[in-house]
Amino acid sequence: MMDENASARLTRRTLTVAHRVGLFLAMLVICLPGIWIVLSSLRPTVEIMAKPPVWIPQQLSFDAYVAMFSGIGKGGIPVLDYFRNSLIISVTSTVIAVAIGMAGGYAFARYRFRGKSGMFLGLMLTRTVPGIALSLPLFFLYVRLGIIDTHIGMILAYVALNVPFTIWLIDGFFRQVPKDLAEAAQIDGCTRWQAFWQVEFPLARPGIASAAIFAFLTCWNEFALASQLTRSVNSKTLPVGLLDYTAEFTIDWRGMCALAVVMIIPALTLTYIVQKHLVGGLTSGAVKG
Amino acid sequence: MKGFKPSAPFLLLLPAIIVLAAVVVLPLILSLYSSFTPFRLTRPETFFVFVGFRNYLSILSNADFWWAFGRTVLLLTIALNLEMLLGLGLAMLVEKATRGQRVLRTLMMFPMMFSPILVGFQFKFMFNDNIGLVNNALQSLGITQDAIPWLIEGHLAFIAISIAEIWSSTSIFAILILAGLLAMPKEPIEAARVDGCTPWQTFRYVTWPFVMPFAYIAMTIRSLDVARAYDIVKIMTDGGPAGRTELLWTLVGRTAYSDARMGLANAMAYFSILLSIAFTVYFYNKLAAARAQIGAEW
Repeated sequence: MMDENASARLTRRTLTVAHRVGLFLAMLVICLPGIWIVLSSLRPTVEIMAKPPVWIPQQLSFDAYVAMFSGIGKGGIPVLDYFRNSLIISVTSTVIAVAIGMAGGYAFARYRFRGKSGMFLGLMLTRTVPGIALSLPLFFLYVRLGIIDTHIGMILAYVALNVPFTIWLIDGFFRQVPKDLAEAAQIDGCTRWQAFWQVEFPLARPGIASAAIFAFLTCWNEFALASQLTRSVNSKTLPVGLLDYTAEFTIDWRGMCALAVVMIIPALTLTYIVQKHLVGGLTSGAVKG
Repeated sequence: MKGFKPSAPFLLLLPAIIVLAAVVVLPLILSLYSSFTPFRLTRPETFFVFVGFRNYLSILSNADFWWAFGRTVLLLTIALNLEMLLGLGLAMLVEKATRGQRVLRTLMMFPMMFSPILVGFQFKFMFNDNIGLVNNALQSLGITQDAIPWLIEGHLAFIAISIAEIWSSTSIFAILILAGLLAMPKEPIEAARVDGCTPWQTFRYVTWPFVMPFAYIAMTIRSLDVARAYDIVKIMTDGGPAGRTELLWTLVGRTAYSDARMGLANAMAYFSILLSIAFTVYFYNKLAAARAQIGAEW
């Protein structure tokens, strides 16, 4: 009897330890690359290149960031211009995509109509077209229309890229708002339009905000289309700018790491804000559908 | 509601339809047409020469293309399966944690925030044969004396790319599967345990069927942008060494822009589009089936 108890306790303790170790290792693998990038952006190049490697940083400084933001960075890469382009293109296309997505998502959540599921699948299929495959005809068309290497061209492309997924998410969030609420408001004398803005929209707002952030991140991170449809500081975005660094013969690792950190910070902050709603929206829209 | 009033949902969907028609469908029709021409960017007049299926025929006999195609399917198969498996493991590890679950969940989402181009860059940095973290660590630990040419040797480069791809996308699976685990009612598990199921049986016949739709949601989302591997490969190896890591998408890009053979590239692009559509439809159907199966219990 005692023996059985003792061995059961031992098994449990072993399992707990194994669980802790497994969890720690998994988190280490997840976090290490990011930590390494941040660390490298703060170290002098000599230390990054050192052989044998220097594991414990001897001196940390923000030199790389200062160099990057003081006008033309090392190797003539205009990070500030890229940053501005990224911001303008991402914000504008997000606003438009969310407006279109709200209309579409509401239609899917609240109306029954013929060919609804076919329509939904069709929307999703437009999203499956790989960026590089879409860039070929878009490139040709944009050259003809004269909107290659402009903000307008990129915004158009990104709106189309985001609309399907925005509709999916917003559809899910409107489903979470009980139908009865809007109906009650309509019985009380609201028009459908008023009921939407005064009852359903406020309730779905957190979800819509996370759809917006998700759309923003898609634009902010997109590379395949941007790399072909932009050419100069007029419209090049940060991801394309990052590739500029690798095109040189001597790679400025520290500069690249600093630019990577600049790119990741907005994404990190925004994802942290939306994480809860994002998962809720995806699963509710898809499971209870 | 039954009356003939098709206008409201149609009007609401109209903006989406217009945008997608103008920026996706119309260009795709154009590219379908140009895949039947010998169109070169440098010679605009070739746009109006019709050559039938010649581009497609030349693809069929193009060894480079089939290598890239096979490699792409291989990468997707390896990556999606491992992501699913690792995501499931990670989700279960986090679900079992008694303390700090919120922090763990946030950490778990970390890779999702990285754009593919950043993932590619950071792994290019880490796998660098000279100054990369991986080689430095291996050498410091005394496992190897030589610098392993991670991104320079074909097979190793493929492995490095797969690792980058898996690192970046496992968290999508983990998050959604975790959502499934948390939403799951506890009674069936207890009932199974009382009935004498082993932990494995409990997992296989109670937990897994419940979590499966969530995994398929993740699969569907992932298959919507399988082509993000393009970004990773582009920055890590750019298809090199000597085309050994060329994927379908990088090959399309190279044929179109470096060789300026738009017609041929568009024909290739259609293969890549069909591949993506096949993936999406497959998982979408799986999702619908899993949803219907579980529907009774919801």
